Amino acid sequence: MNLTSSHISMPLLMGNSLNAWSEALVGFNPMGLPLGLVILAAIPLVFIALYSLTYGVYGERKISAFMQDRLGPMEVGKWGILQTIADILKLLQKEDIVPTSADKFLFVIGPGVLFVGSFLAYAVLPFSSAFIGASLNVGLFFAIGITAIEVVGILAAGWGSNNKWSLYGAVRSVAQIVSYEIPAAIALLCGAMMAGTLDMQKITLLQSGSYGFAHFFLFQSPIAWLPFLIYFIASLAEVNRAPFDIPEAESELVAGYFTEYSGMKFAVIFLAEYGSMFMVSAIISIVFLGGWNSPLPDIGSFALNAWTNGPVWGVFWMIMKGFFFIFVQMWLRWTLPRLRVDQLMYLCWKVLTPFAFVSFVLTAIWVVFVP
Amino acid sequence: MMNSLTYTVIFYLFAAVTVFSAAFVVFSRNVIYSAFSLLFTFFGVAALYVFLSADFIAVTQVVVYVGGILVLLLFGVMFTKGIMNTELKSDVLHIIPGTLILAGMLGALLYTFYTTHTWKPSETQLHGSLVERIGFETVSHYVLPFEMVSILLLAALIGAAFLARFDKPDNNNL
Repeated sequence: MNLTSSHISMPLLMGNSLNAWSEALVGFNPMGLPLGLVILAAIPLVFIALYSLTYGVYGERKISAFMQDRLGPMEVGKWGILQTIADILKLLQKEDIVPTSADKFLFVIGPGVLFVGSFLAYAVLPFSSAFIGASLNVGLFFAIGITAIEVVGILAAGWGSNNKWSLYGAVRSVAQIVSYEIPAAIALLCGAMMAGTLDMQKITLLQSGSYGFAHFFLFQSPIAWLPFLIYFIASLAEVNRAPFDIPEAESELVAGYFTEYSGMKFAVIFLAEYGSMFMVSAIISIVFLGGWNSPLPDIGSFALNAWTNGPVWGVFWMIMKGFFFIFVQMWLRWTLPRLRVDQLMYLCWKVLTPFAFVSFVLTAIWVVFVP
Repeated sequence: MMNSLTYTVIFYLFAAVTVFSAAFVVFSRNVIYSAFSLLFTFFGVAALYVFLSADFIAVTQVVVYVGGILVLLLFGVMFTKGIMNTELKSDVLHIIPGTLILAGMLGALLYTFYTTHTWKPSETQLHGSLVERIGFETVSHYVLPFEMVSILLLAALIGAAFLARFDKPDNNNL
């Protein structure tokens, strides 16, 4: 590991400002094989798989049950806590069915492309001061742009299924994601403007301080709640969650673009969905709620903030903030009815986009004129 | 950091992805496969930009080409009639002029490629964030072209909205 080789290496994957953990991992090349790179990429993957297997699906079922005054899964394990593992075992054993009239190639690569698209943004999410896959100076831009690959995966799955419901679901989903990218991106730009950088680790660092939550961008300007709210609504549409789940509207389209999928391919589509749910939750926490910073303030000499900050605490806060937004997403799903397609487009183009521009201009004025 | 062998292997991997998917776009008989294959071409080109230290352009490449143009293209292709077995052949064939133009273009490109031995790196070293520099230059040095492009795009947007609107003016009770 000499300095000269670090200058010529890939800036996107491993910039010079890479932190110690991942740098040590990248240098881990036993027998000349870049094993460290593989391990580094696998950490978020393992995280997505674990969280969506243990908490995601189980949490969704339990939360929906409690909101409807039911018990939810109770049979497998205590309080049904092993239900998801049983479900996954069932999905693993299932026969891998490809419909006869389906486009074999697109049907098979669709879930894969979808999963890769939702997984790529994890490369730039800072999980703590010591762990980030790649600390890019275009991190936020990368995170919101790379979801474009997901769109192609959805189209491949919907078209490849050779089913009208699937194609309709895919077309709806793509129209929705492409439209809501605009208010979402402008809302995030407000946060980026307050930070003056697109580097997600720097955005998080700028929100740290001894007053805890008071340093978060949400509480740093009187307008920040508007882009925060706009991004939250737009992110619901981007990950196809209720009330914007019209691409998979059960009562109209059976299950949308994944109607024909079963077994492991279905599981992969679900992993992608839970992966992108956490991804948008993490982005909103990083840009507006301080990412891995502790929200607890120092009270006099009682240094609560200093005690609850650090690399390991950072991971805890980051994941807790992400889970909080996932909980809100699930809460909304069982509270609000589904929108119609025209209402969806009305909300995007005539409500969210103008308000996003207003908040953009107001934030710009705030950043320029208020020190 | 990475040794130069890994670096070279990754570079050729992305170059191969780009070239083979681009060849597939041209040679595939199925238009929809061509369109999906473009995803890998755009992605490979973005990766090649990264090797040139142009990570902002790389991300912009993904946002604009994959998120915008490719999706539009796929929509267009999907709503085309008879896309599976399109006979992509014109009745008019000019083999000799075609071959001449091909050979000329190839010769010119290869000549440029082999005569440009050394790439000239900039005299000034890059300091700090590239994104900041792009932002400053856009709204200081290049503000006039930037605004002109904005106005052009605005005109195109208004035109598109005008073409897509309903004919009946009383059809807006949403």
